[in-house]
Amino acid sequence: MTGYLLRRTLGLFGTLFVVSLIVFLTMNVLPGDPATAILGIDASEEARATLRAELGLDRPVWQRYGDWVLGVVQGDFGTSYFFRVPVSELIVERVPLTLSLALMGMMATVILGITLGILAASNQGKPGDWAIMLMSQVGIAVPAFWLSILLVLFFAVHLRWLPPGGFPGWDEPWLAFRSLILPATALTLVQSAVLARVTRSSALEVMRLDFVRTARAKGLSRGRVLRNHILPNALIPVVTIIGLQVAGVVTGTIVIENVFYLPGLGRLVFQSIANRDLFTVQALVVLFAAIVVIANFIVDIVYVMIDPRLQDRLK
Amino acid sequence: MRPLSLPLTALVLISTALPVAAQTSMRIGLQQEPTVLDPTSDATAAIDVMLTQNVYESLTTVDESGAVMPQLAESWTISEDGLTYTFSLVQGVTFHDGSAFDAQDVVFSFDRARAEGSVNPTSGIWAPIESVSAPGPYTIEITLSEPDAFFLFNLAQGDASIVAPETVDTNITDPVGTGPFQFDSWTRGDRLTLTAFDGHRDAADVGLERVEFRFISDPAAATAALLAEELDAFPGFPAPELIDQFEADPRFDVVLGSTEGEVILALNNSKPPFDQLEVRRAVSHAIDRGEIIDGAMYGRATPIGSFYPPHGPAYVDLTSAYPHDTARATEMFAQAGLAEAEITLRLPPFPYATRSGEIIQAQMAEAGINVAIENVEWGFWIDEVFRKKNYDMTIIAHTSPNDLANFARGPEYFYGFQSDAYDALWQQIRTEADPEVRNTLLQDAQRYVTENAVHGFLFQLPRLSINKAGITGFWNSSPVLFQPLAGVRFE
Repeated sequence: MTGYLLRRTLGLFGTLFVVSLIVFLTMNVLPGDPATAILGIDASEEARATLRAELGLDRPVWQRYGDWVLGVVQGDFGTSYFFRVPVSELIVERVPLTLSLALMGMMATVILGITLGILAASNQGKPGDWAIMLMSQVGIAVPAFWLSILLVLFFAVHLRWLPPGGFPGWDEPWLAFRSLILPATALTLVQSAVLARVTRSSALEVMRLDFVRTARAKGLSRGRVLRNHILPNALIPVVTIIGLQVAGVVTGTIVIENVFYLPGLGRLVFQSIANRDLFTVQALVVLFAAIVVIANFIVDIVYVMIDPRLQDRLK
Repeated sequence: MRPLSLPLTALVLISTALPVAAQTSMRIGLQQEPTVLDPTSDATAAIDVMLTQNVYESLTTVDESGAVMPQLAESWTISEDGLTYTFSLVQGVTFHDGSAFDAQDVVFSFDRARAEGSVNPTSGIWAPIESVSAPGPYTIEITLSEPDAFFLFNLAQGDASIVAPETVDTNITDPVGTGPFQFDSWTRGDRLTLTAFDGHRDAADVGLERVEFRFISDPAAATAALLAEELDAFPGFPAPELIDQFEADPRFDVVLGSTEGEVILALNNSKPPFDQLEVRRAVSHAIDRGEIIDGAMYGRATPIGSFYPPHGPAYVDLTSAYPHDTARATEMFAQAGLAEAEITLRLPPFPYATRSGEIIQAQMAEAGINVAIENVEWGFWIDEVFRKKNYDMTIIAHTSPNDLANFARGPEYFYGFQSDAYDALWQQIRTEADPEVRNTLLQDAQRYVTENAVHGFLFQLPRLSINKAGITGFWNSSPVLFQPLAGVRFE
């Protein structure tokens, strides 16, 4: 177990190192100059040169990367070129929003996706199955930003039930929760459509197996067979997809936060890349990569919990 | 909910019970968000829009027509030779932190901005200054090395804000000025709040108690926020295609004003084929401004024939200098050996540019020129097009006032244009003290750039604003980047 954890942890750091190196090099190859972006096109060349020196942009790439890595080891993620405050500050003030949004989205996705998938599977070929599959097909086909706009027009502009965007902060929990309902729904509908389809086909596959027939033959009710025999076996591929969906939800926040003008990490990624705000992009991409890697790690653990045959893995 | 003290609760109840009390809290939508809150070290327009002449003040200010008005300087005299400016300052002014304002603050602010190694974004303001001194506690004397007709106008800009030495270092997140509004709070990416400053000399005339700016970059989201009445006003609304529904809605006023932004089809004058005058003129004949404005701006823009805003005092209408004539353009391109030539058009990611670009591509095709469109990202545009002049054609709005100066910026500027005659003309304009004479010279300058067809001149960028019905005091047009809020109120 310890050896396994150690290997995974080393793997995590290795991945993050490679990711940060790729981001750093890519950002340096991309055309664009933060100093010009900050001072505009009317500034003098001297002012730009001064700013470039202040930002450390006049030093060679390798030296800058080395300094950055050294800083990170000591917990310093650098200073944002644009906001001129430590990157860690920028990230910390935005984590509560994006984390809440992602958790709400993920929970709703899991509940909605698995329920609909099982419902469809146990009604295979009937109208309920058709309806769910049709809806999920639409859900997969619709782009999240377009769905978001429809949701806003209907629930915020027409019905006035929910705010059209923005986030008041968790100091006012009820308002904060209300303002996350539409964005989380937009995130969820697309993701749960995928999950519903996977759950359905996985459950159908298990239903055809001999042990299900045996269980029914020995007199167990449909419900018990579903709960005790089909579900645990059908969940293995579902868990894999959920692991992948963590990445989908995290990147989905980039689009969703822009449409709902939420001041979260996704919006920050979008802006920082456009502004060539190197250290901010760097820190965020590494953070997102870490989330995805850790999610996969958790998926592996869950596998073992739901499938005792995989116990060897931990050895 | 935060516990309210009893008298305040009572006050809230009373004020909600009285329907006559005018609203004093306004939520204003902005497309761009600020990076820092200091206009003297960052050119991001949103900083000026929110803070210049609201939180920060300068020695002068301008009115909606762009005319210079007194601000922290209540009056000034200019020496005969136009080189020495003596300002007398308003007395009894305090900064928001309570410290007093005097001539030393002006000397400090200006010396900081023009110092070697300063990162002030508009070096042109400071270049002509030779010295800044304070002969008295409320007197400032500035000597210039040569006359500068735009000096007083330039001093009104956010780049020339008066800051206090005690608070200058924290202005990037906690701005302190002398203006009618003081900074309250800022959540990056979301909102910035100002409150009325009771200690301001004209506090009684300020119509709003509280102003909340909300940053909404997506036009569809901005529309939804207005329709859901989450916003009271959106000056500089980004999407002309979404205006119709607001015009049809009695809850809103739609205002169509102008900006200082000339939208041009910029041609790289430094390399073939646009180093040839006849080719540039052929481009001017090939484009049809009416069609571009209808298609790209939904008809809501004014055509320009040169590089000067139609609302300006020196404007001369040159839109018919090169009438739209495809046959003539075709012939001119052919004579220059350009038939079937392929030219690239690099477009920055702004809707006015990408939409105009497609229409121009079609118009050029009619004249026998293949235009390949490359949509590029803003960072790429700045680097490749603006800094390295690596382009044939591009579309861009020049939003600075008095930017006919661009044509005198030499062959290194991205226009790649250089003319000794024009440089001399601009030098004359810059140093001419008499406004009448200067306006005549400015007309010559407009004619000169049109005559030389330096670029394709398209239209003046409009300023669309959507306000809740009953709001007064917003400027319709923007002669500068900032928007004073002291006179804005709900009726």
